[in-house]
Amino acid sequence: MTTISGAQSLIKALEHEGVDVAFGVPGGAILPTYDPIMDASFRHVLARHEQGAGHMAQGYAWATGRVGVCIATSGPGATNLVTPLADALMDSVPVVAVTGQVSTFAVGNDAFQEAYTTGITMPATKHNYFVTDVDDIPQVVHEAFHIASTGRPGPVLIDVPKDVQNATTTWRDPEPIRLAGYKPTLDPHPRRIAEAVDMIEHAERPVLYIGGGIIKAEASDVLTRFANLSHAPVVTTLMGRGAIPDSHPNVLGMPGMHGVYAATTAMQKADLLVAIGVRFDDRVTGDPDAFAPFARVIHADIDPAEIGKVRKAEVPIVGDAGHVLKAMVDAWGDRETPARTKWWETIRDWQENYPLRYDQSPDGPIKPQYVVEELNRITGGDAIVVSGVGQHQMWGSLHWKFEKPRTWINSGGLGTMGFAVPAAVGAKVGMPGELVYAIDGDGCFQMTFQELITASIEKIPIKVAVFNNAAHGMVRQWQRLFYNERFSASELGEGVPDYVMLAESLGCAGLRATTPGEVPDVIERSLEINDRPVVVEFKVDRDEMVFPMVPAGGSNDRIITGPEEL
Amino acid sequence: MKLHTLSVLVEDRSGVLARVASLLARRGFNIHSLAVGPTADVGMSRMTIVVVADELEQVKKQLHKLINVIKITELDPNFALEREIALVRVSVAAGKRGEILEVATIFKSIAVDVGANSITFQVTGTPAKINDFLELIRPYGIIDLVKSGRIAITREPKARKLRATG
Repeated sequence: MTTISGAQSLIKALEHEGVDVAFGVPGGAILPTYDPIMDASFRHVLARHEQGAGHMAQGYAWATGRVGVCIATSGPGATNLVTPLADALMDSVPVVAVTGQVSTFAVGNDAFQEAYTTGITMPATKHNYFVTDVDDIPQVVHEAFHIASTGRPGPVLIDVPKDVQNATTTWRDPEPIRLAGYKPTLDPHPRRIAEAVDMIEHAERPVLYIGGGIIKAEASDVLTRFANLSHAPVVTTLMGRGAIPDSHPNVLGMPGMHGVYAATTAMQKADLLVAIGVRFDDRVTGDPDAFAPFARVIHADIDPAEIGKVRKAEVPIVGDAGHVLKAMVDAWGDRETPARTKWWETIRDWQENYPLRYDQSPDGPIKPQYVVEELNRITGGDAIVVSGVGQHQMWGSLHWKFEKPRTWINSGGLGTMGFAVPAAVGAKVGMPGELVYAIDGDGCFQMTFQELITASIEKIPIKVAVFNNAAHGMVRQWQRLFYNERFSASELGEGVPDYVMLAESLGCAGLRATTPGEVPDVIERSLEINDRPVVVEFKVDRDEMVFPMVPAGGSNDRIITGPEEL
Repeated sequence: MKLHTLSVLVEDRSGVLARVASLLARRGFNIHSLAVGPTADVGMSRMTIVVVADELEQVKKQLHKLINVIKITELDPNFALEREIALVRVSVAAGKRGEILEVATIFKSIAVDVGANSITFQVTGTPAKINDFLELIRPYGIIDLVKSGRIAITREPKARKLRATG
């Protein structure tokens, strides 16, 4: 048998898992592994910052459904990965991170670039490994991919000391997975399904409360079938946007703190919530004691710990969202589809009386909602939309019509500003044939725009719309509403940077719109440039606020639908 | 809030104790005591964790998410054997030695170290028995006390049935 190094074994193990791209930054303790990367069958994308590499892996995983891979060195390389790992854990994104570590004999001695990576990332990963035996590498990598991609997906980190990378070993194919403590339940209990379907059939005011679990389980089609059979309204959370087409007549849109009035209110008035692949996040429920007060709850999730964590479930169902919905469709059988006439009349009234609204005057400043709608219109909606965190994220989620799963990528649970640019890079690498358009805020953009250099050098032609309001917009909105308009540290300053010049200097095309009239044209032009990344600055109304809004911790019965209600 | 005893079977891997302790801390559960040691199965350890909680469902579910956790059993004190060991150094005033040793005998406690001014007792038994012993000797003056943390094991099912009916 040929002997190989631990590093070669590591690369071979990644190849064995079918990896087609890894995002990373080299450094001392991972150098042995970077040598065989030159001969690897997969692509390596050199990020400018490890956080960027981590978000790229996330964007890749979101867009493709496959495991995203990122690589970093020990110490600061590893600590820079902590944010993307925590982000991936919150949003259940399958990621495998490989980090170098100082040699085993130096571990614990405060060696150069030493950090206790497995300790630091313990609460930020689904699981992590510290490899001490070079022969373990194939099995550890195999397990890591298995854990990352099955059950409730999540990030797994593998920490490999430098001497282990340099040690010699012989390759052995990994054995089938046998993890006594990890056996996710996929198939729901038939009795629970029967109970659930009876309740849904007889409910007067049911709501299907749908989240990211549907997208992870690739269960969009079967969800649409069940929505048709049950004729129940559907709300899709920030993570679940696109799980069912927004054009489907049952879809009410996003519920919660910045949710569509009809979606949030339908939950408040419902007599039954059918929660699938969701976790009753505080951004959805508002004050949990005042949330959906009349509703009984059916809660299906692959992670048993989510069931009953926030809200008691009358019918708890542990299982994969796809299996659960398939079982529900089967259990529905030839039951009649209920008309639910009164419920639908009420909902249509809400939709008519409280639509999303904004006021774009032809000669006024650009309204960000208008930009989202124009982007949506001009691209025909045929794009993967990636966003950062804040106002632009809410406008993106609310005003874009999502027709397909995996077309809306953002940081939900952790709320990581700066997510958009690197995640868009990762998404484009994974789906090179798709248009990838990031909708970013200027505050977010300034946190991670260096990854546009990566995009330029590596020929990854993403497009980034920067909503420039010269402020941390959401912070400013809260300060306006709750801190007497004292804009403490939320104003970024006007005019700097010059986004067009900045973009050009990074190897991108730079475009700008300052008036509403320029918006369609600049979008058209952005679509014509495909040989390099494009940055489009939209100088938007800095006083525009996100509505509807339920103040934090408040009851979802009290929705502010526009500025005149303040 | 109530004390609950959890018997947790885990893989004997480095860092498992840290994972369990870190998870309990992160989710806001208070550890009253934690004892860990190997089991009869090679590669497996058992943790006996006494947690302070109103409700145990979340603790169990969250612990189950750890890959190295194999099995979690909540032990009902009525159907489990629970034991602790305590070492306690008591000051002995002149003339009180016989009296203290008499109390110790009743509790089957052994004097493991006898000095001029103090005696160190070893006492094993249920947490309740140990507490009773400590209360009785407290007036003499406890100089130092160390407890092992609770370990527990379920009773044999047949014996359990007899107990339940009888």
